[in-house]
Amino acid sequence: MSQLQYFLALVAGGISLIGLGFALVSGPIEQALLLKAFLALGTVTLARLIVPIGLWADGALAALGAVAVLTGLAVFSPAPAMVWLALAAAWLFAWLFVERLSRFLAPGIGDSSGLGLLIPIVFGVSILVIWEAVTRGANVPQVILPPPSMIWARLTASAATLWADFQQTFLKAVLIGYALGCGAGFVAAILIDRSPFLKQGLLPLGNLVSALPIVGVAPIMVMWFGFDWPSKAAVVVIMTFFPMLVNTVAGLNASTPIERDLMRTYAAGYWQTLMKLRLPAAGPFIFNALKINSTLALIGAIVAEFFGTPIVGMGFRISTEVGRMNVDMVWAEIAVAAVAGSVFYGVVTLVERRVTFWHPSVRGA
Amino acid sequence: MNRILPIATVLLALLVVWYAAAIGLNAPWQNDVYRRAGTENVAFTQFVLDTWSQEKPVLPAPHQVAREVWNATAMVSPFVPRSLIFHAWVTFSATALGFVLGSLLGIGLAVLIVHNEAMNRSLMPWIVASQTIPILALAPLIVVIGFNIFTGTLGIPTDPARLLSKAIISAYLSFFPVAVGMVKGLRSPEAIQLDLMHTYSATPAQTFFKLRWPASLPYLFASLKVGVAASLVGAIVGELPTGAVAGLGARLLAGSYYSQTTQIWSALVVASILAALLVAAVGLVERLVNRAMGARPA
Repeated sequence: MSQLQYFLALVAGGISLIGLGFALVSGPIEQALLLKAFLALGTVTLARLIVPIGLWADGALAALGAVAVLTGLAVFSPAPAMVWLALAAAWLFAWLFVERLSRFLAPGIGDSSGLGLLIPIVFGVSILVIWEAVTRGANVPQVILPPPSMIWARLTASAATLWADFQQTFLKAVLIGYALGCGAGFVAAILIDRSPFLKQGLLPLGNLVSALPIVGVAPIMVMWFGFDWPSKAAVVVIMTFFPMLVNTVAGLNASTPIERDLMRTYAAGYWQTLMKLRLPAAGPFIFNALKINSTLALIGAIVAEFFGTPIVGMGFRISTEVGRMNVDMVWAEIAVAAVAGSVFYGVVTLVERRVTFWHPSVRGA
Repeated sequence: MNRILPIATVLLALLVVWYAAAIGLNAPWQNDVYRRAGTENVAFTQFVLDTWSQEKPVLPAPHQVAREVWNATAMVSPFVPRSLIFHAWVTFSATALGFVLGSLLGIGLAVLIVHNEAMNRSLMPWIVASQTIPILALAPLIVVIGFNIFTGTLGIPTDPARLLSKAIISAYLSFFPVAVGMVKGLRSPEAIQLDLMHTYSATPAQTFFKLRWPASLPYLFASLKVGVAASLVGAIVGELPTGAVAGLGARLLAGSYYSQTTQIWSALVVASILAALLVAAVGLVERLVNRAMGARPA
């Protein structure tokens, strides 16, 4: 074990020992047995100074600690010191486990077994557990930060509202705007590509526009296209157009002169060269724009709803529920947006892997 | 020189389209005005000029926007709320604070990720995944809650509290590009260069400051440009929730409440100028740093 790992192991064991001390002097012995068992086991790991302990034991201990802390919170209303110590110990064991596991999986090896995936999952779960434990254990006002369990309860309880908002914002505004904006950018890029003059004039402007705060056009679009989804789709169109334009134009120039010369020697016409050489070569660039746009589209639609909507939609719900201090509903809406955004991005990535299967970045992965 | 001609042509075409669109979009309202006033047989030139000089046009003509910007910047003192410079300053201060915080956080995370394999494996997937989450949706929440925490629990006066809560959003938006770019940059030295440092028996700190850090600077500046633009968007969106009275975002919202289209457009123009200036400033720093490091001028 490395220096850092020894240090982590000693601190984790030490904290367990202190926690065990607190547990033994306070309250009846049969209360929160799981928590005490965890602290006792954690103390036992100090034996690793003599006998080596496997990394999976650390992982199991971290998981046990998480369960023990969460059940312990149900027993004690203001969490006593031993719960906090157990939380700290569980977190340190998780950290130690991740350290040892990533050392065990030498870079690049062992990823095929799926073990590499375990590390980010452990990280995500520890964040959730700490969030839950701190908000409930320290009685953080739910207006400031509701615990994840409460957000989940709200998510399942108001699934109908969330679904209606999702339909309004995602299925209508985002998808339609995304298709129109990306399509328009793509067509415009192919047209511009034929004229070097236009290319020289439009590309610097397109690059400039990508730095501008385009979401600002939202109030204008709401004024022009009304409160319902078309105004949001319009914002999405404007936001997605320029990244698509700039990337596609760059992609159409990605084929090398020698490849274009080859097409010439085949006596290929403009369209044949475009379809068989230049568009496939532009694939990675186009998908790059599609991925950037998948995030931009959701942001555009949600922010545009801050400027006025019918009484449905994710942005509308977020801004009104913040005003009413229903923070759990806001978080539920954000969770939906996060899942929708990730799935959208994931779908685009999957299509990319299918279409640009020949690209080194796909083949290497 | 031959780059200016195409750009100028495109800009000119944009202006023409804008003026033409202004006629078309403002025509219905103008016809309404004529009908109510009982005017008939208006000459076409008169009609066109009228559509370009309405009080609350659907699409203000470029010269109307330009006049509004001029009136709100050069003609009033920059310290009164009527001045767009005042609002731009409010937005800029939140942007700058958030940008600095976000960049430092991004660089710090990147250093951790590059030096610790466990950090790399734990954090990197989440940083990439978080790019797909519409973070701006959190803006109203962060502004309102952050403001309440800062003023209530921590007892900070309202103005700095408002600035801080907007800066948090800016920082949040700008740290992703910086972290991702810097991880790439700090990893950009090749194995042979790292080996050379090893043969010099350089300490990790020496390897970092003499090899990794200088090698990462091009990546740093590229991502700082993205980050500063994202910071500005964050600050503007942070000004949208009710309560903000100053800043370009508040100006946009007020314009949209009172249908002051010219005001919206002028705020947009100023925001765009601010964005261009910020990116140009980062570019300038990049050039200065490159020169100080002895790079050959491109």
